[in-house]
Amino acid sequence: MSTDTAIGPWRLRWRRFRRHRAGMAALIVLGLMAVFVLAATPISYLTDIDPNATDLLSQFDPPGNGHLLGRDEAGRDVLLRLMVGGQISLLVGLLGTAIAGVFGVFIGVMAGYFGGKVDAVLMRFTDGMIALPLLPLVIVMGAIDLTKLGFSRDFAHSGAVGFWRIVVVLAIVDWTGIARLVRAATLALKERDFVRAARASGAGAFYVMRAHVLPNIATPMIVAFTLTVGRVILLESTLSFLGYGIIPPTPSWGNMLNNAQDMVINAPALAVYPGVLILITVIAVNFLGDGLQHAFDPRSDQG
Amino acid sequence: MARFILRRVLQSLLVLLVMSFVIYGLIGLMPGDPIDIMVASNPGATPEVVAKLRAMYGLDQPLLLRYWHWLLAALSGDLGFSRVHSVPVLEVLGPALLQTCKLLITSFVLSVLLSFALGIIAALRPGGIIDGLIGLIAFAGISVPVFWLALMMILIFAVQLHWFPASGISNVGDGSLRDHLIHLVMPVTTLALATTGGFIRYVRASMIETLRADHVRTARAKGAGEARVVLVHAFRNALIPVVTVMALSFGTLFNGALLTETMFAQPGMGKMIYDSIQQNDFNLALTGLMFATAVTLLSNLIADLAYGWLDPRISLT
Amino acid sequence: MAELIGLDAISVQFTLGGGGLFGGKKRLLKAVDNASLTIAEGETLALVGESGSGKSTLGNVVAGLQVPTSGSLRFRGQTLTAATWPQARRAIQMVFQDPWSALDPRMPVSAIIAEPLLIQGTANAAERRDRAAELVEQVGLPRDALNRYPHEFSGGQRQRIAIARALAPRPQLIVADEPLSALDVSIQSQVLNLMRDLQHGHGLSYLFISHDLAVVNHLVDRVAVLYLGRLVEVADRAALFAGPAHPYTRALLDAVPRIGRKRARGRSIAGEMPSPLDPPPGCVFHPRCPKAQAICRSTVPALEPRADAAGHAACHFKDAP
Repeated sequence: MSTDTAIGPWRLRWRRFRRHRAGMAALIVLGLMAVFVLAATPISYLTDIDPNATDLLSQFDPPGNGHLLGRDEAGRDVLLRLMVGGQISLLVGLLGTAIAGVFGVFIGVMAGYFGGKVDAVLMRFTDGMIALPLLPLVIVMGAIDLTKLGFSRDFAHSGAVGFWRIVVVLAIVDWTGIARLVRAATLALKERDFVRAARASGAGAFYVMRAHVLPNIATPMIVAFTLTVGRVILLESTLSFLGYGIIPPTPSWGNMLNNAQDMVINAPALAVYPGVLILITVIAVNFLGDGLQHAFDPRSDQG
Repeated sequence: MARFILRRVLQSLLVLLVMSFVIYGLIGLMPGDPIDIMVASNPGATPEVVAKLRAMYGLDQPLLLRYWHWLLAALSGDLGFSRVHSVPVLEVLGPALLQTCKLLITSFVLSVLLSFALGIIAALRPGGIIDGLIGLIAFAGISVPVFWLALMMILIFAVQLHWFPASGISNVGDGSLRDHLIHLVMPVTTLALATTGGFIRYVRASMIETLRADHVRTARAKGAGEARVVLVHAFRNALIPVVTVMALSFGTLFNGALLTETMFAQPGMGKMIYDSIQQNDFNLALTGLMFATAVTLLSNLIADLAYGWLDPRISLT
Repeated sequence: MAELIGLDAISVQFTLGGGGLFGGKKRLLKAVDNASLTIAEGETLALVGESGSGKSTLGNVVAGLQVPTSGSLRFRGQTLTAATWPQARRAIQMVFQDPWSALDPRMPVSAIIAEPLLIQGTANAAERRDRAAELVEQVGLPRDALNRYPHEFSGGQRQRIAIARALAPRPQLIVADEPLSALDVSIQSQVLNLMRDLQHGHGLSYLFISHDLAVVNHLVDRVAVLYLGRLVEVADRAALFAGPAHPYTRALLDAVPRIGRKRARGRSIAGEMPSPLDPPPGCVFHPRCPKAQAICRSTVPALEPRADAAGHAACHFKDAP
């Protein structure tokens, strides 16, 4: 069945979004960034360069000779490592936001829909989370010794666990903003007559949440998720920079800067590239969020 | 009003108590424990001795009991010794706190001044070129990794241009005020730049809203000069939400302080906490984290109260 | 006529304030106080009162949206319990005041209309589609409305969709909470006529909640008047319009503008409705009543038969001229 009789709400939004120049530019930049980091595998295959292969005879080689941005302190290709590191950084951003999103949406909908004691407890909890000095706590969580929680040594020190530990830690600290926003939106929806109509027909809480609440809070959720991706990428880079994030030899933009810090006098370029990529990505994500907000806000039609 | 304050204070204390347990538990999960460290420096210790040591320090007891003992001691003012510094924790904390206050206050003032100026200018013509430019600056401020900004400052102004020293709070043997100030320039600028971005956006949004409000339009219609309209009528009302947001941003500011202090080797609270985590200095890390949490809660509390006090429409009952 | 639904001494109280760990002082609001009513099969009963009179709360009780603090409901002579409510729900549906809020903007009209069937699990997807198509025509909308979204319709069309939705599970009673007051006057009569036609076609009963006695006159069989949560008069429409027994009903009637009659100035109700948090003692209407005597300030009047036996009124002087 088609809805060709009129313009759907999503097409209206897309029209409004296209008029937001910065948002459109951000979308294009992020598209190019995705192409850049995903090109790592084919380029590595075609040029036969391994981004993790060290070559101590070629330390700090200047650009040229098949290495467009030269080589780093261990003789690895800088450009290729930037691409692979970007994959990791962006993936952490997306996965961390996904987990934070599931958690935040769950808590927010529960608190908003049931209200009363559930709401009071959940909101005190998010208040508590917001009041924390996050960075030192994240460092502590990044440093936690998993063997003390009963995991085996091999498990605790495997690369995959190192990756997922960061994703989970970042999700734990970044779900509160989403939860608050979702709660406010749910509170407003709960009093709408279509929700009351469904309840009068005998609908249970979970039917209402699935059929009415979630579809109607999709727009503020998308904006909140976008902005969260930016924050998670920033926090990942900080954590990896401090040595508690993604553990080398797996590159991420953050831990590439950790190495570069010590050589800022000899090889300043190594400290510049990853930072510029983080900056561009996060600025683009924030502008995208701004554009989406504009597109989703019906009031922005007039202004 | 008194009821409201009492209620909020009690709530904050409850959050602090819960957080103290969470932080205690997390610190306990960090690699190594005090006995491991003792044993590492004393390879002759037999397993029996180790077990005895554990019992002596109470480390064989369940977490909840250990926490209870720590809480009782902490409430009576005994926060333990710093393992690395070999002095009571509070003696390390004091000077670090002073150093951090210097950094936080100067950069906060700088950032408030900058964001008010830029935010108001941007709000005068929303959608104009200048607004777009300031918006880009603001987004850059929000999006830049603080540690990388510090790194670039060092690279440009210390390594390349030699304008400012890259680290420390003074040169050895030079205790002059000028020397201290010069060492403060780069950390303060870095932290201020990193916090200004968010502030600009709040000031701008709040100013745009009040400039559209009826009483401001009335003032304009009555023929008040544009400068007077903007600065007296609009700005005063725009201030209310902005002040709240700024007070609520203490947590972010503290995160920034940890990074700037670490990058520029400033012996403040942030660097102290970071170092104590790295060096397994459990008591110091615990106390530092608890202190930072308490201050954040306090600043949120003040923000809440200030909001009610500044805006008479909000009734605090 | 057989009784379809009966309300027996229904009271609804809300607790305001309080709650939380360090909440403030609690206050009790009596939204509905000891209300007893019946609605017969095929009958239309109007529930009339000013805003804040508790009429919507009472409507919510009948629709199952509000659990009464005390009192009970009968459905076809059977007292409703948690176990028997799900059955009764199919027979009782609701239409709301604001057609902009009553339809989920993210659902196509076909899904909105068939939603009660989906919730109650009484029809499969094909049956639901057929039922929605059938209903869309019954309420006078074009068939292609089914695949469109609420934002493409006007207020009157939306209210038709809401009515179709209420009809989907073939109910016996529709609780209509001010279904006309958000619509333009020209649209009101169309929707009113639709409701009347549907009633004849389906043998429906209506509980029609309104603040406007003029609208009520065209549709209903009986009128129940609510003031500050209490029923002050319940009577047949004709008898009530001809000779209201309660001074409040009279005041409401006098406030209705009618063609061919100048609105009597100074005869609108004096004073304001007191706060339901702090209702006056005795008869709740006495502070505004032109007939008030000492007994009205001390004794609550019971709902007793009118002299003409056409209904009941709660007034110490209901039969005085």
